[in-house]
Amino acid sequence: MSFLARHRIILPVVSLAVLLAATFYMQPRAMSYFGLNLLFNLAVPIALATIAQMMIIMVNDIDLSLGAFVSLVACVTATFLNDTPMLGLLILLALILSYALLGALIHALDLPAIVVTLGMSFVWGGLALFILPSPGGASPDWLRTLMTVKPPIVPMAVVASVIIAAVTHLLIIRSGIGTVLRGVGGNATSVARAGWPVIRLKAFAYGLAGLFGVLAGMTLVGLTTSADANIALRYTLLSIAGVILGGGEFIGGKVSPTGAVIGALTLTLAASFLSFMRLSPDWQIGAQGAILILVLTARLIFSRRGEA
Amino acid sequence: MNPLSKPWIWSWLAAAGAFALTLGLTSGRGAGELGYAALSFGAFAAIVGLGQMLVITLGPGNVDLSIPATMTLAATLALKTMGTVEGTAFVGLAVALGVGLAAGFANYMLILLLRLPPIIATLAASLIYQSLAIWSNRGLRIKPPRELADFATGQVMGIPNVAWAGLLLAAVVWVVLERSVWGRWLLATGQNTHAARLAGIPVEMIRAATYLSVAVFASLAGYLLASFSGGAALNMGTEYLLMSIAVVVIGGSSIAGGNSNVPGVWGAALFMFLVVSMLNSYGAGAGVRSVLTGTIIIAIVIAASTRRVRA
Repeated sequence: MSFLARHRIILPVVSLAVLLAATFYMQPRAMSYFGLNLLFNLAVPIALATIAQMMIIMVNDIDLSLGAFVSLVACVTATFLNDTPMLGLLILLALILSYALLGALIHALDLPAIVVTLGMSFVWGGLALFILPSPGGASPDWLRTLMTVKPPIVPMAVVASVIIAAVTHLLIIRSGIGTVLRGVGGNATSVARAGWPVIRLKAFAYGLAGLFGVLAGMTLVGLTTSADANIALRYTLLSIAGVILGGGEFIGGKVSPTGAVIGALTLTLAASFLSFMRLSPDWQIGAQGAILILVLTARLIFSRRGEA
Repeated sequence: MNPLSKPWIWSWLAAAGAFALTLGLTSGRGAGELGYAALSFGAFAAIVGLGQMLVITLGPGNVDLSIPATMTLAATLALKTMGTVEGTAFVGLAVALGVGLAAGFANYMLILLLRLPPIIATLAASLIYQSLAIWSNRGLRIKPPRELADFATGQVMGIPNVAWAGLLLAAVVWVVLERSVWGRWLLATGQNTHAARLAGIPVEMIRAATYLSVAVFASLAGYLLASFSGGAALNMGTEYLLMSIAVVVIGGSSIAGGNSNVPGVWGAALFMFLVVSMLNSYGAGAGVRSVLTGTIIIAIVIAASTRRVRA
């Protein structure tokens, strides 16, 4: 195996660095505390959602309901958690639990996750509409304070991303349970033969996804201060793209939490970069697609070298 | 042979159930109108669903997320070319299908040359198609030529013309899948790509043809939908992303690939429309409607899986 193939993390890091350098070149004033804060402002919820998606991809499934789920959490946070914190907390816990149950159900009945989560996206979306039929609500004060805190030297979004990456790296890559969880994605049968209850592991992975989805929705409300039922629908596709940009694979339990966080940062930065380029708004979405293709093309060079 | 062992029967039973429950409320009045509306709106879901079914048949990981963007781009460019001038319906159709071919070719090239997972390739490409549609549309709403609008909203023998188009396409897909070498090759590729390649099946040709077909079907659906609803809109395809996957799975095709089901797609497309109109007529709000739709989708998948386990 070549050096590059062994250290898959290099590609996401280089992509982010190149994009960051290009941004600074276009707009030198962005190279400041305030500038970085603006660039990565929305990165925290996207990074958390990407980690949630990674938990599902880790066990060889895919979650098409994540965007709707994060939207629902945002609606709960902006209403119940703000007005009646105890009830709000209970609802959020129930949501995490329902994710874990979903994982167990998918495994027990051998259901296709892509379809079950597709159905769940209607359920979450409907509940969100039920709670908040029109945009509104308010962020709890403590959450607002937490998301706008200004640590010395580096902005909050960067500090938070490093913490998210470190915690999930310890949990998924370094810990015993994380290794077994990745094993479920690698070969569920051999994990079962080794005496592990796969159904509980899958429920645990889904529960973790639910937990990070809840955190994503909460931080999103902390930033935007209000919510609506469609606020995070694009997170479904963003999170999948983030995981793959970060060097993850759809099958085999090959995921990288650090890579996923960096992938999410890259996607956030791509949007900011394009607005600096003074590109016509018509082309902004398309250019994001082009950047995605470009970065993934770089991945091809890496894997070719790996095979050689 | 037990008819319940046919995977497609479930979507038709579900559609019939939703139909009966809706009519139960009006004690049978409006059956014709409801059926007509279901056939009209179901046709669009069925056309994109047939395309998505072919892609999903290719095996795990194959799914086309660019369907909504392709629909929108094809419809926008076709209507712009026609510019409400009479007698240009076929020019518009050619433009739409050309867009479909180009989009399908681009998708497949991304998958083949860049070795991207199809989900990511079609997702990234769809962002570009969407941009092209925004750029060419410029917020204008161009009406389709009158004769085309009349055709799209018209009927022959009591069946809407768009439904005829969808049924014809379903028949063609069924013949190709069940009675032609290409169809057998497609199913073999979906069941085991490696074995199919060893057996001498031109796997890459099959994949290319499939990704071209899904994009052409999507562009046809976009063209018909824009003619049907009096113009193209930038969000016209949005709901068809989840819809196209849902009708394939409810229709009884295997999400793992290698096993497809043409009649089921039509049953599921009718069901998806009828369940919404059923919930509407019972006075359910948008939120409740969405929750129940999701629950029903999951219930059908569970019902289908327990039957599979027993079999």
